[in-house]
Amino acid sequence: MRRPDGLDKAGPRKSKDQRAELMLGALACIVLALIAGMIIFVFQKAWPSFSHNGLDWFSPWAGGNVDDQLTAIFESPADPSHYVYTMHAWPLLFATALITLTAVVIGTVFALLSAMFIVEFAPEALRRVLEPVVRLLAAVPSVIYGLIGILVVVHFFDQHLISQGSKDSVAGVVALNGFSWGVGALILTVMITPIMIAIVVDALRAVPTTWREGAVSLGINRWRALWTVSVRAARPAIVAAAVLATARALGEAIMLSMVTGSVGFAPNPLDGVIFFVEPARPLAATIVDNAEGLSVQPFAQTLYALAAVLLISAAFLSFAGWYIRRRLRAYTLSPI
Amino acid sequence: MSTHASEGRRIATLRRRRFQPPRLPRPQLPRRERDLLKPEEMVAWSPLDRLGVAAAWFCGLLLIAISASIVIYMLVRGLQYLSITALFQHPVVLSTTQITGTAGGYLDPMEGTLILTTLGTLIALPIGVGIAVWLSEYGRPSWLARAVESGVEIVAGTPTIVLAIFGLLVFTQGVFGFLSFRAAGGAVFGRSFFIAGIMMSLIALPLIVGATREALQSIPAHVREASYALGKDKISTIRRVLLPASRKGIATGTTLGMGRIAGDTAIVVLLLGATPLQPLGNTPVLSTLRGTGSTLTSYVYNNSPAGEGNAPQKAYAAAFVLLMLVILMNFVVDLFSRKRSDTWAR
Repeated sequence: MRRPDGLDKAGPRKSKDQRAELMLGALACIVLALIAGMIIFVFQKAWPSFSHNGLDWFSPWAGGNVDDQLTAIFESPADPSHYVYTMHAWPLLFATALITLTAVVIGTVFALLSAMFIVEFAPEALRRVLEPVVRLLAAVPSVIYGLIGILVVVHFFDQHLISQGSKDSVAGVVALNGFSWGVGALILTVMITPIMIAIVVDALRAVPTTWREGAVSLGINRWRALWTVSVRAARPAIVAAAVLATARALGEAIMLSMVTGSVGFAPNPLDGVIFFVEPARPLAATIVDNAEGLSVQPFAQTLYALAAVLLISAAFLSFAGWYIRRRLRAYTLSPI
Repeated sequence: MSTHASEGRRIATLRRRRFQPPRLPRPQLPRRERDLLKPEEMVAWSPLDRLGVAAAWFCGLLLIAISASIVIYMLVRGLQYLSITALFQHPVVLSTTQITGTAGGYLDPMEGTLILTTLGTLIALPIGVGIAVWLSEYGRPSWLARAVESGVEIVAGTPTIVLAIFGLLVFTQGVFGFLSFRAAGGAVFGRSFFIAGIMMSLIALPLIVGATREALQSIPAHVREASYALGKDKISTIRRVLLPASRKGIATGTTLGMGRIAGDTAIVVLLLGATPLQPLGNTPVLSTLRGTGSTLTSYVYNNSPAGEGNAPQKAYAAAFVLLMLVILMNFVVDLFSRKRSDTWAR
């Protein structure tokens, strides 16, 4: 039965109401247009760099020293028809992928175990300390991590972990002075783990207690109950946490520019243990390091190309996260 | 007479007895609780399970160790190099544009952080709340709502450095010349508190939208219906009932956003110029907002070995101030979330 006029589900309709809806909708549309404009602008600006290099831009076999290429682009003649655009960004892409993946993989495992500890195993007193600490760690600005990294961790690696012999072995190619992708990935792990822990803890808590009690009453131990019931039910949240952490890791510029050595070098896994202390420079850090050159037209276009890659990765990531979460949601009741 | 009286008393006693609740036998607890097997003693623990528990303990303790060492290290270094007088001194400009060097204090960066955080939050708050209200209460047509939702999610995932160079791209256009310095040739500098604040608001926006939406959605439908039943229309319901009820969520999101703004470096380095406060023009407030400046984050960055300054003592001290600021904000969020939840019954 219809309710009396003005009291149906949508609420009473008045012109003031419609105006408010229109205004709020317009606000949302403006912000949406701004975001779309951002993507279009960045791509438009980046296009010359992509079109001049074609697939060599991304190819691992294109060769060349990316830092020399950047310098050449920066010093290209003022005449627009003689702009230099040659850019083979593979070392930067590889460094980004390497650092991000390492940090996210280690961080996810670490965050999952820590969250399980907080939810299930930690004594009450410890738990009460840990929760605010995790939130605090998640809020520490990246520049503070960078400062600790550059003044403490890099120094420690240089003094105590890298032997003089290994420094000499690659002396002609690259300087091993502690500034390395390994340090970057290590600090990045510490940075992104608290974000993940916060999300996973919430998700583990949201699993109905009865589910786990049911499992325990069937005679399995606490760990098994947690692992097979709670963690499995919280999988969408774990994916969400990993996606969020990956986005943060991809976009981390300042801290990585401080500790990774800022050398456009692709660390070589065939080098053995030295691999972990070889310098590198991810995409976002490249933009920060070279921001002064933005007034040079072709150089700016090259930097916007790097930004476009980051933007696309971030958008793709959020889409992939949405898709995986949707697939996993079939196996759980908790909507996340 | 006396028999009557005693009879009456007897009946009264009986009546009282009849209305007394029946006495139940007390549940018999085992004499000693430790005589019982605990649930986890009754089940089997495989070595792998024990390893899992050990790993969880290890990770938890490692987490404590790492965070304690970071906080204690920053505390020691900060107190070692922090001087109260420097808090109120202007920095000394040594190199051409950037504030670095061992001399001078960090009054300007502190003011910069304050101005930028306030500005960014002031821009982001109304827009964020507006979008959240539209998404949660109206959301028609639904395809548009979904588009806005994914747009906000894309902003949340966009690296701040990309936002920064996008801001530079937009605000160096001639149209926006009134927002920043102009070079002699008429080129727009594209760096000012206004510009940095606008881009910073994009960082806080997703957090505010998310927290506000969550708060709005947790308000039961009957609250809205009660307001409609009193003859209020939808927008009045939102203004008078729903927004006051979701104040806590909005405050939490805003404070989180403020923390993110205060902690961001990339946008400051690119869009604020990392100079001492350099006002543009003579109007009291506008001149500062149109001028360039620096924040604690850019000050730390420029004074670290990565920047030009290489004055670690300054960097440590400023980082300590920044950390205290973040801890303070965290504490405020904690206060918000610890307050009693809203009054309607669940």
